[in-house]
Amino acid sequence: MRPELSVRGTATAIEGPLLFLKRNIEVGLGEAVEIWREGEAPRLGRIAALDDDTMVVEVLESTVGLGLADVKVRFFGEPIHLAVGPGLLGRIFDGVGRPVDGGPPVAASLRQRIDGRNLNPAERELPRDFIETGVTAIDLMNSLVRGQKLPIFSAGGLPHDRIAAEIAVNARLRREGSGEFAIVFVGIGISHDAAENFRRAMQDSGALAHTVMFLNLASEPSTQRLLTPRFALTAAEYLAFEEGRHVLVIMTDLTNYCEALREVSSSHGEIPSRKGYPGYMYSDLATIYERAGCMRGYGGTVTQLPILTMPAEDISHPIPDLTGYITEGQVVLDKGLDHKGVYPPINVLPSLSRLMDKGIGKGYTDPDHPALANQLFASYAKSIRVRVLASVVGSEGLTAIDRDYLAFADRFEGELIAQSAERTLEESMAVGWRLLRLLPIAELSRLNDAQIDRHMERDHA
Amino acid sequence: MTPSTAGIQWIGGPVLHARTRDPFRIGEAIEVGPRRLPGEVIRIKGDLFIAQVYEDTTGLRPGDTVTGTGRPMSVALGPGLLGHIFDGLLRPLDASTVERDFGFVPTVGIGERLASGAAFGHLPGIGIRQDCLVPPGASGLVEFVAKEGRYGRDAVLCRLVDEMGRTHDLGFFQHWPVRKPRPVQERLPADEPMITGQRILDVLFPVARGGRAALPGGFGTGKTVLQETLAKWCDADIIIYVGCGERGNEMAEVLHEFPDLTDPRTGRRLMERTVIIANTSNMPVAAREASIYTAVTVGEYFRDQGLHVALMADSTSRWAEALREVSGRLGELPGEAGYPAYLSSRLAEFYERAARVRTLAGKTGSLTIIGAVSPPAGDFSEPVTSHTKRYVRCFWGLDRERAQARFYPAIHPLHSYSDGADRFAAWWTQRGNPRWVAQRERLLTLLEAQADLERMARIVGKDALPPAQQLTLVCAELVNEGFLRQSAYSAQDRYCSPERQTSILQLILRFIELSEGALERGVAPQAIAELPVLRRLQRMGEEIGQSDLSAFDGLRASLESAMAGLTKEETHAA
Repeated sequence: MRPELSVRGTATAIEGPLLFLKRNIEVGLGEAVEIWREGEAPRLGRIAALDDDTMVVEVLESTVGLGLADVKVRFFGEPIHLAVGPGLLGRIFDGVGRPVDGGPPVAASLRQRIDGRNLNPAERELPRDFIETGVTAIDLMNSLVRGQKLPIFSAGGLPHDRIAAEIAVNARLRREGSGEFAIVFVGIGISHDAAENFRRAMQDSGALAHTVMFLNLASEPSTQRLLTPRFALTAAEYLAFEEGRHVLVIMTDLTNYCEALREVSSSHGEIPSRKGYPGYMYSDLATIYERAGCMRGYGGTVTQLPILTMPAEDISHPIPDLTGYITEGQVVLDKGLDHKGVYPPINVLPSLSRLMDKGIGKGYTDPDHPALANQLFASYAKSIRVRVLASVVGSEGLTAIDRDYLAFADRFEGELIAQSAERTLEESMAVGWRLLRLLPIAELSRLNDAQIDRHMERDHA
Repeated sequence: MTPSTAGIQWIGGPVLHARTRDPFRIGEAIEVGPRRLPGEVIRIKGDLFIAQVYEDTTGLRPGDTVTGTGRPMSVALGPGLLGHIFDGLLRPLDASTVERDFGFVPTVGIGERLASGAAFGHLPGIGIRQDCLVPPGASGLVEFVAKEGRYGRDAVLCRLVDEMGRTHDLGFFQHWPVRKPRPVQERLPADEPMITGQRILDVLFPVARGGRAALPGGFGTGKTVLQETLAKWCDADIIIYVGCGERGNEMAEVLHEFPDLTDPRTGRRLMERTVIIANTSNMPVAAREASIYTAVTVGEYFRDQGLHVALMADSTSRWAEALREVSGRLGELPGEAGYPAYLSSRLAEFYERAARVRTLAGKTGSLTIIGAVSPPAGDFSEPVTSHTKRYVRCFWGLDRERAQARFYPAIHPLHSYSDGADRFAAWWTQRGNPRWVAQRERLLTLLEAQADLERMARIVGKDALPPAQQLTLVCAELVNEGFLRQSAYSAQDRYCSPERQTSILQLILRFIELSEGALERGVAPQAIAELPVLRRLQRMGEEIGQSDLSAFDGLRASLESAMAGLTKEETHAA
């Protein structure tokens, strides 16, 4: 690292979060700076653009109160880093990695770039281990695998935070002796109570000691939101790849992140793409989501459970759309189910886990798990089509089989999706088999004869 | 000659401006800064030029040096490609396994005359015969040729002297500019299908060897799984798999799975015929733009050996977005949805490189391109999908509703097409199915009728449909479940040989024929739908394997007797 340098009095303009300086020292793109003003805490920034005679600093906090004459800028000569080390667990940090729990700074054993390393695909290990979350709609229908990134697509007023906290508390691996868990909670522009609720849930379950929290609250500068997930993932990577833990990263709410990205992009005067979001939003989100995974030769893993609220509940909005193209599936919450009192209100049809086939079935979970999930999907999809038909022509216009489907749809939502306590996979599967017995065997074309004999024998419920 | 140099004046993201007094050319490969990052000149104005950089530019400073290489951005084509993974500029990502020397067997003698594209030797010991070719532009009499043995990467293996007295030193590798199509003797008509082992594709929407297909679908509709399935089971000699702006875990999956899978035709490991080019979504965006050209150039290199090559690009939308991002940084006037106005011509250039050709050496080779498209919000009217549609002959549209019911492959039969599929009739006739064209049309009209009837049923109720139409729905359901659905994860059904496809197809058509007959005799459609044999037909892809083709005859017999039995029962009742 180069010796740190400070300059004063070279600022030429301040526009939104951007501070323009005369370029009189050697700096590189992306390097970290601190902006000082007499009597105030330093503000974090980074070099956003450079040419022969000016440099542009993106200030990651409010620029209110800054003037051209008295601003002092300190250069670090390197990109933004986070100091990590043992003792990270149990701590709470703000959105830019400063402790806010009143404790001392973390005893650093390593300083790591918050942008992470470009994980070479040839060094990745294929994610395979099934994580049991206790939620049937996930475990049975859209299984989560260690090293996966599986977002929750939610909307305002839906209980995504509660689901995330329950998953954090209940998640376990089915094999014994498979290593230590750690949880990294990342609040991006969230309210104080959302952060507090999560902290309390972790405390009540006794999991707080292996949880780290990074909080950028709604009241804090939005530009910092661009850094919060990066700081948190740097910590997660340390816990996973240096300490060998299995880290579950819960990030909420990615929509706030994307809003901040749009805000900063427009202040840079960039050409907007869909709905005003920058054209590079896909690549930018990828630098966050792609940090989930398993690496060859390392014991630990990083699993991501990002939460985003779909603006206007529109799954085709750029934020969920681009996310869905990067992540390995999605869990979609549904207002209709929530209104019916179904908890968790997970709509399994648009939900998907791309890595499911890698982590379930023979050798991982139950050999009949894939076929059962497949059959439930096919039958529920058909029953939803019948429901649409019935809403137009009435149930009188339906055939007898279609009426069976109608009953199946209601019980699927009321008995399989809805649950009052966590279930093991075996319990979830038992509910699934029971519901399939509502349908004639001729309809179950995704099950083989042996599976039918094993599970469909008893009287039709 | 000393290389041209320039000094960086401005940098923003992957784009830089540099000032120079030396000559630089458009498309010239450059090295940037102390880390010698690769880049390419894209615009020149007076003593200023603009370049894109293929790696992370963090830490670059104004004043850093840019060095020209004097040649366009090129890749080294030669041995050591098959079975390995590379980045968008064809640099190995699994550097530890890169071979340092290769075996060589000469196939020419001193004094022989060699034209461009001719082989002067081949590489022993690898599964697929790979020749060492005289690069396009070089030719002459052999003055020297190395003896059989192992040589280093840079060894001179052959020296030619041409009519002008110039010598050409030839080695394992030839450098070729990625943006320039490699020359061929002539383009041949693409009238032979590339068999994918997927029933819905081979029977309904076949793609030609040397053809072009687009695979559009919103997220979660199964593009990647289908691309991987095609890469595994299609009957090409060589697979080039480009992960362009997609997930790192998918690349890991290919790397992990392919070495364990066996090619059903040759019995060799699938990895031995595969080259993976990866620019995952978190890798630098400018190299994403290059990765597509790199892949196509590698594909042409194998095509020039007289091999059949299939290139899977997943996803061309990410490539188009990389174009858009760089274009935005250049301050170009945006066209539709922010894409540069030249998007369409770039897509055309890319897809036009697919062809069945006679190579310079007179062999027949082909390069087939299958491009996945990721339309925002699954909307096929967006620019990348709609422009792609203009340049491909096969369109395999993926459908969200099918994917949600886990009906894979989720290709929608009514939104997809294969232009001029009739030209493959001769091939199917040769394979023992002279009625393929008529059968294909039968299925397509049946599926079309199903869509119409379902719309009608929404108004009048299913019960109100006349028996013939109810039967159509039963038959269409069987076509969907028994024929079009095919699980990529089933060891039995993930690959379906043309013979097995024909058997399944004919049984289904037999069912349709017999049930129509039964209906005429007064059997209720409900009775036909409840036949237990229907379940056997729906599951026959899963249950009757390649080694057991005679089981289809048994199933046919039980179908016929079930139908016959049905008629009797009805007549008793009446």
